[in-house]
Amino acid sequence: MSETPKFKVTIDNIGIEVPAGTTILNAARMIGGEVAPPTMCYYSKLKDSGGKCRTCLVEVSKGSEKDPRPMPKLVASCRTTVMDGMEVKNITSEKVLDARKGVVEFLLINHPLDCPVCDQAGECDLQNLSYEHGTEGTRYEFKRRTFEKEDIGPYISLHMNRCIMCFRCVFTADQLTETREHGILERGDHAQIGTYLNKALKNDFIGNVIDVCPVGALTDKTFRFKNRVWFTKPVDAHRNCSNPKCCGHVRLWMRGDEVFRVTARKDEWGEVETRPDGTPGWICNECRFEKKQTKDWVIEGPALIPRSSVIAQGHYVGTKKTPVLIDKVIGKEPEHLLNIHDISDVNKPEIELSKIAGPAHSDDFKK
Amino acid sequence: MGVKLLLANDGVEGIRYYDTYRKHGGYTAAEKALKMSQADIVEEVKKSGLRGRGGAGFPTGMKWSFLAKPEGVPRHLVCNADESEPGTFKDRYLMEFHPHLFIEGLLISSFALGSNMTYVYIRGEYSWIPDILNQAISEARNAGFLGKNILGTGFDCEIYVHRGAGAYICGEETALIESLEGKRGNPRMKPPFPAIQGVWMRPTVVNNVETIAAVVPIIAMGGDEYAKIGVGKSTGTKLMSACGNINKPGVYEIDMTISVEEFIFSDEYCGGIKNGKRLKACIPGGSSVPILPANLLLKTAKGEPRMMNYESMSDGGFATGSMIGSGGFEVLDEDQCIVKHTMTLARFYNHESCGQCSPCREGTGWMYKILKNLEYGHGKLSDIDLLWDIQRRIEGNTICPLGDAASWPVAAAIRHFRDEFEWHVKNPEESQKRNFGLAHYADPIHVAATA
Repeated sequence: MSETPKFKVTIDNIGIEVPAGTTILNAARMIGGEVAPPTMCYYSKLKDSGGKCRTCLVEVSKGSEKDPRPMPKLVASCRTTVMDGMEVKNITSEKVLDARKGVVEFLLINHPLDCPVCDQAGECDLQNLSYEHGTEGTRYEFKRRTFEKEDIGPYISLHMNRCIMCFRCVFTADQLTETREHGILERGDHAQIGTYLNKALKNDFIGNVIDVCPVGALTDKTFRFKNRVWFTKPVDAHRNCSNPKCCGHVRLWMRGDEVFRVTARKDEWGEVETRPDGTPGWICNECRFEKKQTKDWVIEGPALIPRSSVIAQGHYVGTKKTPVLIDKVIGKEPEHLLNIHDISDVNKPEIELSKIAGPAHSDDFKK
Repeated sequence: MGVKLLLANDGVEGIRYYDTYRKHGGYTAAEKALKMSQADIVEEVKKSGLRGRGGAGFPTGMKWSFLAKPEGVPRHLVCNADESEPGTFKDRYLMEFHPHLFIEGLLISSFALGSNMTYVYIRGEYSWIPDILNQAISEARNAGFLGKNILGTGFDCEIYVHRGAGAYICGEETALIESLEGKRGNPRMKPPFPAIQGVWMRPTVVNNVETIAAVVPIIAMGGDEYAKIGVGKSTGTKLMSACGNINKPGVYEIDMTISVEEFIFSDEYCGGIKNGKRLKACIPGGSSVPILPANLLLKTAKGEPRMMNYESMSDGGFATGSMIGSGGFEVLDEDQCIVKHTMTLARFYNHESCGQCSPCREGTGWMYKILKNLEYGHGKLSDIDLLWDIQRRIEGNTICPLGDAASWPVAAAIRHFRDEFEWHVKNPEESQKRNFGLAHYADPIHVAATA
């Protein structure tokens, strides 16, 4: 097998070499940070996902080395592969930021904004997206769209009003489980996720739709209204799961000794972590819904939560500290800039400032 | 009288049946084509300059030459007969009254592309046409023009007519392919293009009914001869389905050399505006292309008369021009309300959005609600700017062109008829009782003298 050629791309003026066939989004994720466009529907572990939410739109200002013409429209970075010499603008393009603002507005006009009672609040992709790219107010003055509530079983609760139609849960059921009991009904702005006949989702891997859902449309019924995610402490743990497809490595959300919730481990992009053997760390329903005691688990230690997340509030263990680099740059420990004892020629060094009662006054130095 | 190619035998009794069609020179082009090589037919179509008649106007010969030809993988021709654009009914006319012309075109195109299994995806609402087509197909099979080893050339071809379920979005080629495969009719992301991976991941060409039918005269008369008809890059003839406030609505074949004024007012075509009213506006190419006021419709911004062809119609871009699109020519007289008309279109696109991309799913409904407020006298002046902002953020940001199709009519209506929108806001009560009327929309436009 021949080696895949490497393509050079420039995203927001940062160059990187990636293997041919990589999408713009994944190339941007390799650079990391703000350069990576936000995603609502793309999920790297689900085949065919992406292209629908339009939040990852980027501008291609140079098509490739061979054909330097810019692309006429903004492209969905999650489904566009890189070409050699491509130049992409994400946060440096005003067109992109404007379009993204528009997409956030469109996603929010029919969203109920019931974050105060939503279990997803605190780890919601839509919340993060609107915090970064949205506006304070809305220009929408009409009644928001509502759906009739549908019961989809004892474990998962479906809030169709919150759904943004990312199709991730449909792909999950298709690709992870043998049967898919839910799907998209209707079309246009009344399209909805449903089982049509109020069936329960029964498959033993269906719990993963909770993890892939970017909003609070699919939430864990066993955790419903129990706690806010930022009051619970994430702890990594594992157990020997008898299900061969389940990886058994999970994240427990605890308060004291009580396990409130079990989820799969997430990486920095909010997706299920890739295990060391390269497979995604999906977990089975038994681990997720039925093992709610510390004795069921071997606890590894606190989970790493990025400081930008609200969950890191009041949870200092395991957070990443900003590295201090100044001694590495100047080669020695920095001097105290305000150590006036050593450097002041005006004030007498022999006078101990801490001994003076009250604030120092010029009279103190005349003595 | 202009040149008639597709509708040359229009009005001949029994042209729907094989015997009559054959007597009038039918299937001679197919006999000729089956003796040619496949590359030669593609070359003839390329030479003819035929542009896709479905709306986008992409050169057909070029589309055909893009078709991937991997070894051992079947290729397919899919005919897009899901003609759902409001105001367009030319394909229906062609399939209903000239089914054999269409089938002959399908046969030639299938041979040129190497498609042994050709599909006709027909609009679900055209419930009586599949019967006509199936009858014509069985007649053609009996005559040896379909089936195994056609005319001893060793080429097999079968045509299947598949009925859609009544979704506008399935007229988009990738959604059509999904629907044909039995899935939900959601457009696919491109690339891969259908020419590489189409129906069942096989190379596929999707063409409009009229495009397929136009292949027959191209083969019969030769690509060079065909290219001589028409002007510039608008070669051949185009079917226009005229409707609205005109004396003679119907399907007309034009050779793209006549002016818009002639088309509307001459007795050969539309026969003027009904009841002696005056022309206010027109949508020249099906509901999704920009609407034009009378003055810009008859004359371009440069002061030249506007002609019925691709270039002249789009002269001035979207600022002062429009598109010939799919040929659904809708004429509005002075009694029509542009706000109401735009609202109706917005409702249509809201209803027909597939719900895949967020801008189109949420934005089309929002635009409809705002337009409804404006139409019923509850609007605000800021709503007009808001509409402009919404359409700007939908356009170009969606997977398929339905987002563009939904935003162009709104954009054009605000661009050219802003006065009428403002009048609706400022006179909410009066706007419920009477229409804005013609106003200045037919006044001659000032053309700056060129230095």
